Amino acid sequence: MAHITFLLVVVIITALAFDFTNGFHDTANAMATSIATGALRPRVAVLVSAVLNVVGAFLSTAVAKTISGGIVNDGLITLGMIFAGLVGAILWNLLTWLLGLPSSSSHALIGGLIGAAWVGAGLRAVDFYEVLEKIIIPAFAAPLVAGLAALLATRLAYRLSGRADEESVTRGFRFGQIGSASLVSLAHGTNDAQKTMGVITLSLISAGALPTGSGPPTWVVLTAGLAIGLGTYLGGWRIIRTLGRGLTDIRSPQGFAAETASATVILTSAHLGFALSTTQVCSGSIIGAGLGRRRAQVRWSTAGRMAVAWLITLPAAGLIGGAASAVVVHGGTAGTVAVAVVAVAAASLIYLLSRRSPVTADNVNDARNVTVNPQPAPASN
Amino acid sequence: MALHWSALGEVAAVSIGATVAVAVVFTLGVRAMLNHQDARESGRGSAAALAGAAVCFLACGAAVLYGLYLIIPQFHD
Repeated sequence: MAHITFLLVVVIITALAFDFTNGFHDTANAMATSIATGALRPRVAVLVSAVLNVVGAFLSTAVAKTISGGIVNDGLITLGMIFAGLVGAILWNLLTWLLGLPSSSSHALIGGLIGAAWVGAGLRAVDFYEVLEKIIIPAFAAPLVAGLAALLATRLAYRLSGRADEESVTRGFRFGQIGSASLVSLAHGTNDAQKTMGVITLSLISAGALPTGSGPPTWVVLTAGLAIGLGTYLGGWRIIRTLGRGLTDIRSPQGFAAETASATVILTSAHLGFALSTTQVCSGSIIGAGLGRRRAQVRWSTAGRMAVAWLITLPAAGLIGGAASAVVVHGGTAGTVAVAVVAVAAASLIYLLSRRSPVTADNVNDARNVTVNPQPAPASN
Repeated sequence: MALHWSALGEVAAVSIGATVAVAVVFTLGVRAMLNHQDARESGRGSAAALAGAAVCFLACGAAVLYGLYLIIPQFHD
């Protein structure tokens, strides 16, 4: 019993840690374009987004009954495997954050769990048809749809506004951006905080602390909401820079079009039962908005790096989760402690590396690129 | 798979339609508001422009409210 309790506590802490990385990894989705166009000041933007994420976490009562929507067989997965999967997801989220890459937190979580379940319980613990239908196909379709919507909206906005004094037009669209960005934040809170609540609740159920079929206890809703809110407030400035400045030079009509496209795609697909990656939808919208304005450039090298990150997120998190799972399943408590120690060490290392070229609220709009190892002469920036 | 593709098509059509509609209406609202301001600066009455802007922004507000309705499950469960 003591063993179960120890592991359970470790799983809950790890799940909250994942929720925290989920928060700062995804701040950019809702707020990057608002920050880039000056619709909201950086610190105000992350505060609004954090509050709406917490509100969203409390609003939604529809908790996912399965950890990953049937992709992993919840009956075969153990607490140790959940822990290993979370470690894989957290480390991949941190690594992509260091590189300023907006990869999908949902794919990282699902990938980590798939890897951990595959190694820990064998192939039958993973439903690959579900992976194809729920993950792979939407991952290609969603950014395309969002991009096309944002492209058309941007083009029409520029054609219809057709004014010489762009200053006043810009002011109008900045106002609209605040509304559309807030909707994206709220939708994000109702989706992503739920995933962590689901993981913690199922861990409690499988440890026998809650009866089968229970909803999340209030303290789970509270801690998960606060974890994602705190992460959002700290702001993943490295990713905000890439999305807001790196892909294309966003002006406020484009920002408005992109955020409106993201909000509608997320809401429409959630309503029809598709689980989408908010990150991929928002990135697609921004590229579409970039293509919609005449003479605007999309920096395809940045977009390409991002696309590679999308493709490898699921398998990469799966590899880390699988490796951690092997150690936990065969090593017992000692293995769990070893994985936890290695994970904390790796996370600290990534954080220290990020300090070599920090991106903050004050310099987020100053450059287009996120570097890890800056040249000694910053003047030549 | 057939059902799946039609659902995907539905998401695509609804998303693109709704985005374009909101963007067009909001743009027309901004434009009407600017016309109103120009007219007022030159001393003419512009009640029509102001009313047009108000209608456009109200329509966008309604779209936001519908979005909130979709996000918050308490409203439709």
